[in-house]
Amino acid sequence: MAYAPRGGGRSQAAEGLRAYRLIAGMWIRSTMAYRASFVMTTLGNFLSTVFDFVAIMLMFSHVDALGGYSLPEIALLYGMAATAFGLADLLLGSLDRIGERVRDGTLDTLLVRPVPVLVQVAADRFALRRTGRIIQGLMVLGYALVVLDIEWTPLKVLLVPLAVVSGGAVFGAVYVAGSALQFFALDAAEVQSSFTYGGQTLLQYPPTVFARELVRGVTFVVPLAFVSWLPALYVLGREYPVALPQWVAFLSPVVAAGCGLLAGLAWRTGLRAYRSTGS
Amino acid sequence: MRVYAVVAAGGFRRHATYRMATVAGTFTNTVFGFIVAYTYAALWAERPDLGGYDTAQAMTFVWLGQALLMTCSMMGGGFENELMARIRTGDIAIDLYRPADLQLWWLAGDLGRAAFHFLGRGIVPMAIGALAFELALPVSPWTWLAFLVSVVLGVVVSFAVRFLVALAAFWLLDGAGVLQISWLTGLFFSGMLLPLNLFPGLLGEVARALPWSAFLQVPADVFLGKRTGWDLVGAFAFQAGWALVLLLAGRLLQSVATRRVVVQGG
Repeated sequence: MAYAPRGGGRSQAAEGLRAYRLIAGMWIRSTMAYRASFVMTTLGNFLSTVFDFVAIMLMFSHVDALGGYSLPEIALLYGMAATAFGLADLLLGSLDRIGERVRDGTLDTLLVRPVPVLVQVAADRFALRRTGRIIQGLMVLGYALVVLDIEWTPLKVLLVPLAVVSGGAVFGAVYVAGSALQFFALDAAEVQSSFTYGGQTLLQYPPTVFARELVRGVTFVVPLAFVSWLPALYVLGREYPVALPQWVAFLSPVVAAGCGLLAGLAWRTGLRAYRSTGS
Repeated sequence: MRVYAVVAAGGFRRHATYRMATVAGTFTNTVFGFIVAYTYAALWAERPDLGGYDTAQAMTFVWLGQALLMTCSMMGGGFENELMARIRTGDIAIDLYRPADLQLWWLAGDLGRAAFHFLGRGIVPMAIGALAFELALPVSPWTWLAFLVSVVLGVVVSFAVRFLVALAAFWLLDGAGVLQISWLTGLFFSGMLLPLNLFPGLLGEVARALPWSAFLQVPADVFLGKRTGWDLVGAFAFQAGWALVLLLAGRLLQSVATRRVVVQGG
């Protein structure tokens, strides 16, 4: 978490989580006031990702393999990436409104409250409908795990959930870092989409599809490869196009922690640079 | 007529104000262009001439999609949020008192918006795409002209659809749901996720006959020189026909809806 405890340490982190729960709870109750709309938007979120996978299935009505990968293999990549991104989107998706808040001056209100700003902005307008994406991701993941013929080992069984949760944290770090950028470039919310939605789209397809430089960038610069490519390719027993030792697949939690730390620093820098518009 | 020209110019200028957002959006369109282009390249490597396109044409389709995504508001984000808000708050009553036609007023503004996005967010990704991939760009100036006509018609169809969707706010308390379902259908049936000539069988035939194909599939085929002569006239007629039908439907719904408007004094 980017929130830096000022002495209380653990208890303040717990306070932050409690505050998140309270704010999110409030928004859940408020969305439930328009129940029909809630059902429609949840279904919409579910369908939006379904369409993504339908497009891939339509591709496979013409070919047997894409970049050397079969449909179930791509479903594994897709399921892991979509679920991980869905988790980050559910918990931190509201962060992309930070530029708007700076512009209209409502960020000032958050600064005076005794709750970390990051928690307040992230939990603001908490949208339960975003579970639609997670559900769809899990369904595709489930399909892949059932259909694929994998020689399971305890390590592989452990790796899938580990990678999905860590992947969620990696995407979460991207959300936080992207929001920190908005303190400097107010209208740049869309840059974030390139790395969040764009990242998910990229990870849905096997690395063999993309240019070597792009794969390197996603492995070493913005380490999205740890969300699905590296762990999934280990599970499938396939070689990664960039030469790396096998055990790297298990580094997702470490990578996630590193990303979280950097994103936290970026957030603090952004918040410190913040000057109210005074409106 | 002058008033609508002013409104259109206003729509253009208003979107031109957000310079940083335009740069950010152009960046995003370019990133997505690259991701999709690589996946299509893998697809066409397996099956050259898929859907009647060669690889260069498929690459061109990808970048046209990115260029027209905002122009035709395929993911929403046009005037519809504002119109819905005005309906919800009752401000729509003021609009109805204006000596201008409600539908034409919003159409003019949306055309201005589309023109800005075409220039501001269409040209740069297309140019970067042309540098990175081999694209099939038209040689004849007439093809470019025909493409522009097709894009304008596509924007009008897109407007007509979104106008209908926005009017739903007269009956719904919260329009977020319809908006979302509307842009999802638009995204899928415009060819943005996959060219419609790759949709198999009946699904493909239905998709190509629906109004959303006027957003991307038809302009792209015009650009790629797939529709010439009478076929080009047919393409224009298809787009104009849908534009007319949907605009008339919007007009009808508007007159039904405005009878519901009650102005409260006080």
